[in-house]
Amino acid sequence: MATTAAPADRGAPELAAPRSPRRRTKPGTAKARSNFELHAWVFMRISGLLLFFLVLGHLVIMNVLDGGVQRVNFGFVAGRWASPFWRTWDLVMLLLAELHGTNGLRTVINDYAERAQTRFWLKMLLYTSAFLVVTLGTLVIFTFDPDL
Amino acid sequence: MPKAPAGTLYRGREGMWSWVAHRITGVLVFFFLFAHVLDTALVRVSPSSYNEVIEVYKSPIVNLLEVGLVAAVLFHALNGIRIILIDFWESGPKYQKQMLYIELVLFVVLLVPAAYRMLQHTAETLFGNAT
Ligand code: HEM
Repeated sequence: MATTAAPADRGAPELAAPRSPRRRTKPGTAKARSNFELHAWVFMRISGLLLFFLVLGHLVIMNVLDGGVQRVNFGFVAGRWASPFWRTWDLVMLLLAELHGTNGLRTVINDYAERAQTRFWLKMLLYTSAFLVVTLGTLVIFTFDPDL
Repeated sequence: MPKAPAGTLYRGREGMWSWVAHRITGVLVFFFLFAHVLDTALVRVSPSSYNEVIEVYKSPIVNLLEVGLVAAVLFHALNGIRIILIDFWESGPKYQKQMLYIELVLFVVLLVPAAYRMLQHTAETLFGNAT
């Protein structure tokens, strides 16, 4: 990709001597190397495994069993959320799905948005929407009022 | 991007198409999740506004779209398990192609009965109950 090549008008990029030890940090900075990408990779697999049961279970319960979506209404939600089990299920599913999806979209943005500015703003938009979805969803599950 | 030489093992074969489908379904489901959290949040507004928006899901066209969404999630979920097996099972990379075909069989076997149940009500209201 074009991002690593030095622009022609600035001359050739500086290359380290062959076999010199790999530098993880920029010369002159003391910042420790981060394992963020590794952790994100592991998180995608752990959350994916959990979501397999949470999301497919959710789809079967809401859309397939016992009349499917035709029986869903406010009363149905009130009945389900009377139980801490289903509130916990929905909360864990919401948080994992939103984080898993956000990290997935971060990868997609990094792959296709080539300009640094575009990447930056798309990610800001992504993180803002993720924050809104997590906050709103969590609030709704915790403050649900069946007698509304 | 550099041009790939003709006849690579990866390009245009099972590995590539399953990756394309995994990416498309993941992004699609992510956008749906955004809308779905907003519509569910209406339970905090009033029972009638929630019921109204859920009625949309029960309408024939959206019901059909919902089957498409379930298909997307099911593919992504099964293929995600395949990815995890490729990464962690020692013979995973060797059998990635076979696992994809098993996955596609499972996809059809699970999706058909689910779609049948999901569309039953819509089919009955549109075409009348045959019995
Ligand atoms: C149902 C169970 C699920 C499983 C087993 C699963 C599994 C996975 C795995 C293993 C990856 C990592 C791919 C990689 O690192 O190369 C991934 C990527 C991704 N997932 Fe999921 N996932 C699931 C549900 C979801 C949901 C609910 C969403 C949306 C909110 C989602 C959106 C994404 C996206 C956008 C990517 C990035 C795709 C890419 O980089 O090409 N996934 N998934």
